Amino acid sequence: MLRYTIRRLVQLVGVVLVLSMLLFAWLRLLPGGPVSALLGERATPESREALTKQLGLDQPIFVQYFKFLGRAATGDFGVSTGVQPGDSALEIFLQRFPATIELSFFAILIAIAVGVPLGYLAAKRRGGWFDNLSVIGSLIGVAVPVFFLAYLLKDVASSALGLPSQGRQDAIDATRVTGFFTLDGLITGEIDATLNALEHLILPAIALATIPFAVIFRITRAAVLDVLDEDFVRTAESKGLTAPVIRRRHVLRNAMLPVVTTIGLQTGALLSGAVLTEKVFSFAGVGQALAIGFERRDYPVLLLLIIMATIVYVVVNLLVDLSYALIDPRIRTR
Amino acid sequence: MALGVSKKEKIDGLAETAGVSLAASAWKRLKRSPVFLIGATIIGIFVVLSILSPWLAPQDPSVPMLIDQVVKARNEIPPPQPGHLLGGDLQGRDFFSRLLVGSQQTLIVGVGATIIGLTGGLILGTLAGALGGWVDSVVMRIVDVMLSLPSLLLAFSIAAMFARPSQFTVILAVSIVQIPVFARLLRGSMLAQRHSDHVLAATALGVKKGAIVFRHMLPNSLSPVIVQSTLVLATAIIEAAALSFLGLGNPDDRLPEWGQMLGDVQNVFDTHPHLAAWPAICIIIVALGFTLMGETLREALDPKNRR
Repeated sequence: MLRYTIRRLVQLVGVVLVLSMLLFAWLRLLPGGPVSALLGERATPESREALTKQLGLDQPIFVQYFKFLGRAATGDFGVSTGVQPGDSALEIFLQRFPATIELSFFAILIAIAVGVPLGYLAAKRRGGWFDNLSVIGSLIGVAVPVFFLAYLLKDVASSALGLPSQGRQDAIDATRVTGFFTLDGLITGEIDATLNALEHLILPAIALATIPFAVIFRITRAAVLDVLDEDFVRTAESKGLTAPVIRRRHVLRNAMLPVVTTIGLQTGALLSGAVLTEKVFSFAGVGQALAIGFERRDYPVLLLLIIMATIVYVVVNLLVDLSYALIDPRIRTR
Repeated sequence: MALGVSKKEKIDGLAETAGVSLAASAWKRLKRSPVFLIGATIIGIFVVLSILSPWLAPQDPSVPMLIDQVVKARNEIPPPQPGHLLGGDLQGRDFFSRLLVGSQQTLIVGVGATIIGLTGGLILGTLAGALGGWVDSVVMRIVDVMLSLPSLLLAFSIAAMFARPSQFTVILAVSIVQIPVFARLLRGSMLAQRHSDHVLAATALGVKKGAIVFRHMLPNSLSPVIVQSTLVLATAIIEAAALSFLGLGNPDDRLPEWGQMLGDVQNVFDTHPHLAAWPAICIIIVALGFTLMGETLREALDPKNRR
């Protein structure tokens, strides 16, 4: 187990290095490159040359890359040019990361809380109207462009339900401790701040949850269908176990492995979905920074955020793989 | 088995059951599946429309013929009127014609992305699966790096690489993301076959390596790839819309595409919701059609479901 974990972490370091190299090369080889990005269109040749020298861009690309690695090791990933001009890229990431964690956490919570029970029910009633309806619903859920659904929620649901549709919190006087707005209120005892932050999370979290929900629902349904056909379920039924016991101990536990894998893989959908959802709801997270970064070509911020997204994605999936041992005793012994 | 059956008849019966290929039995099941037929009908109509749309469209989709009815200051656009079923868009062009003609570019994006993704995946997957060894290792490392980034985020990054975005860069961005998926699928099923009896038999008969790969292994590995292609047709169209939404799409809108139409009107969602709703509905229906076909194909091609 330990050896496996270490091997995966070493792999992750390799992937991050290769990725940073590719991204770095991409930024430097861009038409115009960072100099145009910093100075804009109306720069004089003299000021261009001065900045090129100052940034060390006249040196060979691998020298530049090693210098970049050296600075990155001290936390210096460059200065933002478009998202929050003047702020350091690392600062922007640290400031915004809690927001995206909050949003993704609630989204995946909604997706699991709705997707797993619905998937189980649909499988139990295979071929019935409930099954057919929810399967069609999940297929439509995947076919709807995320940002369109987000706008629907923002324009229609927010006015109908009186929910806020902008930002992370109203401009109320709340103390900041952790950067997680929902936690801050609980720590300082400002419950109204927590409730306000939660209200702001509802609509974006629902929008972000649709695709993971649809996928988790379908995988749960398929996994439960597979398990229901197994001999041990028939045995459990014939020896007279009650339905809840069979469901909990025999069906759900065995159907959980593929579902948990899917939940891990859906972090990817959450990270990319957050780019679209956070833009629609002006939610100040990493996704919004990426959206603005792509629009205004803010390369230092893009470079750092894409690498961070990769690390999060790989680490979450590693944790998922490790959690198999908790669910399936057969893997633990290996 | 009944006593009166002769040995000859027994053998004939066996030959008959063994002679039904996977594709034939899958097709037999698909023909009876209402879900597949719904999907196929949607896609059939979509393809016919997209081919005929230049002749079916009542107006030229690129001419701002209603521009005098567009009042920027009061955020007014041309309402529905005779000859213009759905009114005009923000630039005063006939919205109905644009929707109709939009099917063509949408199909091009979907098919283009699938072809590029499929070709790249076929090359990498066949190399890895057929040759094995260090080629396999190198190919799989490339695939691993690509898969360690969330796919849509990778597509955004690729699209942002191009200084001058166009329809082609959009197609490229959404297709490159699919290459590792195809490569992995193909490699998996080819590896499984390398040690199977029919490949061993062909090797023992002295069939050349190339012939084994292309005549024995590849055709038997294609069914998951075909299923994935149908699903990619749907995701490519949806992802192209997301690219336009982020400003990474094709800026040239003389020839409309549904994703582009949807992404470009993001600032008027609240005032002119129909400009977003129509292309969105078209995308949803077509994506649903491809997904229904893909899912039923997957079930039909699964040997577990053979009867």
